[in-house]
Amino acid sequence: MSKEQAPLWEVFVRARRGLSHTHVGSLHAPDAELALRNARDLYTRRQEGVSIWVVPAAAITASSPDEKDAFFDPAADKVYRHPTFYEVPDGVAHL
Amino acid sequence: MYGNDFSAEDAPGGGLLGEVEAAEAALRAAAERGRRGGPAPDEDLAAYFAAVVDADQKIEPRDWMPEAYRKTLIRQIAQHAHSEIIGMQPEGNWISRAPSLKRKAILLAKVQDEAGHGLYLYAAAETLGVSREELVDLLLSGRQKYSSIFNYPTLTWADVGAIGWLVDGAAIVNQVPLCRCSYGPYARAMIRVCKEESFHQRQGYEILHTLAHGTPAQKAMAQDAVDRWWYPSLAMFGPPDTDSTHSAQSMAWKIKRFSNDELRQRFVDMCVQQAEVLGLTIPDPDLRWNDERQSYDFTQPDYAELMRVISGDGPCNRQRMAHRRAAHSEGAWVREAAAAYAAKRAQQQKEKVAA
Amino acid sequence: MNGPFDFTLALGDDALIAAQRLAEWTTRAPEMEEDIALANIALDQLGAARLLLTYAGELEGAGRDEDALAFLRDDREFRNCLLVELPNGDFAVTMAKLLFLAAYQLPLYTALAGCADERLAAIGAKARKESAYHLDHSSLWVKRLGDGTEESHRRMQAAVDQVWPYTAELFAPAPDAPVDPATLRGQFDATVAAVLGEATLTRPETGWAPAGGRDGVHTEHLSYLLAEMQVLHRAHPGARW
Repeated sequence: MSKEQAPLWEVFVRARRGLSHTHVGSLHAPDAELALRNARDLYTRRQEGVSIWVVPAAAITASSPDEKDAFFDPAADKVYRHPTFYEVPDGVAHL
Repeated sequence: MYGNDFSAEDAPGGGLLGEVEAAEAALRAAAERGRRGGPAPDEDLAAYFAAVVDADQKIEPRDWMPEAYRKTLIRQIAQHAHSEIIGMQPEGNWISRAPSLKRKAILLAKVQDEAGHGLYLYAAAETLGVSREELVDLLLSGRQKYSSIFNYPTLTWADVGAIGWLVDGAAIVNQVPLCRCSYGPYARAMIRVCKEESFHQRQGYEILHTLAHGTPAQKAMAQDAVDRWWYPSLAMFGPPDTDSTHSAQSMAWKIKRFSNDELRQRFVDMCVQQAEVLGLTIPDPDLRWNDERQSYDFTQPDYAELMRVISGDGPCNRQRMAHRRAAHSEGAWVREAAAAYAAKRAQQQKEKVAA
Repeated sequence: MNGPFDFTLALGDDALIAAQRLAEWTTRAPEMEEDIALANIALDQLGAARLLLTYAGELEGAGRDEDALAFLRDDREFRNCLLVELPNGDFAVTMAKLLFLAAYQLPLYTALAGCADERLAAIGAKARKESAYHLDHSSLWVKRLGDGTEESHRRMQAAVDQVWPYTAELFAPAPDAPVDPATLRGQFDATVAAVLGEATLTRPETGWAPAGGRDGVHTEHLSYLLAEMQVLHRAHPGARW
């Protein structure tokens, strides 16, 4: 990683009270504080959330989708391949 | 969020939004059905991949996939992301001069959404094992392209309307089928993008509608914008099917679901009635209903011009790239400062733990 | 800045001109994520400006709406502080401007939320939450630039030095206004001191204190800003958009 490229963070949003946090996507930020602010601006522009978590993508250990790791791309350490984008968002206002 | 005050009846794109909803429902249904298990130890991986795609199940990031599928997706998603980022410029050009505070707020929110869409798409591309830094570098070095439409200038306020109606309209026609793309992260990103973009098209249409029913000068401004943006918008669907190199394989992989010409025709058929409501003329004397085909016959865009613009000789290619490069290089000291600050804090944290 | 009209107009003009400057960053921010953040802040300021100018027009009672006030006044009729009309400069200058503006607007809107005028109280209640976010955002960046690299420290200190003199004008006493700005000075100083301290930056000595914005005597920059902002609206008198 070059000194310029900020690390990748996975973003989880609680859409409403009573629901669990759901993965919504990822973003780049130099540190956790900025990651949280960026997540607010990027993923909740339309009031899609009441609470946000950000997690360094590098801190996530992902399982393989199936039992045989060898069948998958030999890049298990590249966790950034894992983030599925997000659960389909709840309806946007006015649509 | 914005543009809500436009009545639903004559707003275009309702049918397309329905298709986005349907794609979302299909995605949920496919997830409900559950993907078949992983490949058996001796199973042919290509056959396994094909079976998943044929069953309209989504391929997810850590699944095995053909290298060409991965490369095609990276190229397509990245170019889509670049288009969102470069596409901010022509409309951003009018934020400072928007003719009312309401229009200024709507336009600013719209251009901001485009930055957001670019970032959703970069994130989707990153799930395929390419980094943001590499993607930005591919754009800035000119090795990856963005949609050629953004190499045309926005000369008047009406161009903001024409971009919303025609360019966003064409983009939505292009993008709605991508909500059913076989690659899960891309399909999900597109559903989100399409939902947010419905307001973009409506605000553009509303701008043109207001201008077309305003003063004679405003109406002339609107017609001039439609005259300039019509054919470049038709060209957004790419070269005719006979010349399109990537289509067949992409259709088999369900990355692409309709041909360039099919989508172009669908767009023209949508626009004719919308233009009538606006009271503006589509600049094509040969545009007429074909009863046999149940579609409009129309004049094709100048594909030689499209090729010239793609290869770098459009009116604004150099300007758009110079602008993006300048923003990136002028921001370097800020990004370096943030990285240095984060490193200092991490180091202090470590020392605290060690002490 | 005395009666409710002058007061409301001045606040609306602050927000409008701040929004116009912040929006200039669109497509130019140091990072794409920051492009979105700056647009958010610009949208907040623009939203507050629209509410304030609309209400100012009603207080005046001369039939001027938000657009008449925004697009059909000349620079001598604008009542914004000089701070917001200063050019963006580099990202450090923009963050210094935003820090000082937010550190002023937050206690101002908070006080407004408790004032007797119901409309102003409602606007204050909405805008103070936004100001808290603007203060948070600018503080994060001032700390990172101040305590980042040598170059960023140098730029951030230069920005603070450049912009600081323009903060004096914000606190000119106006005892009859719905909120007397002079009463906000203590909170502003405390907020700014904490951020600058953590950012390893030095607050300049207070000396030269340019002013005049509240009386319509501006810097040379405002007229250019308005020329651009108003050009299209004025080219089509009476048109609807």
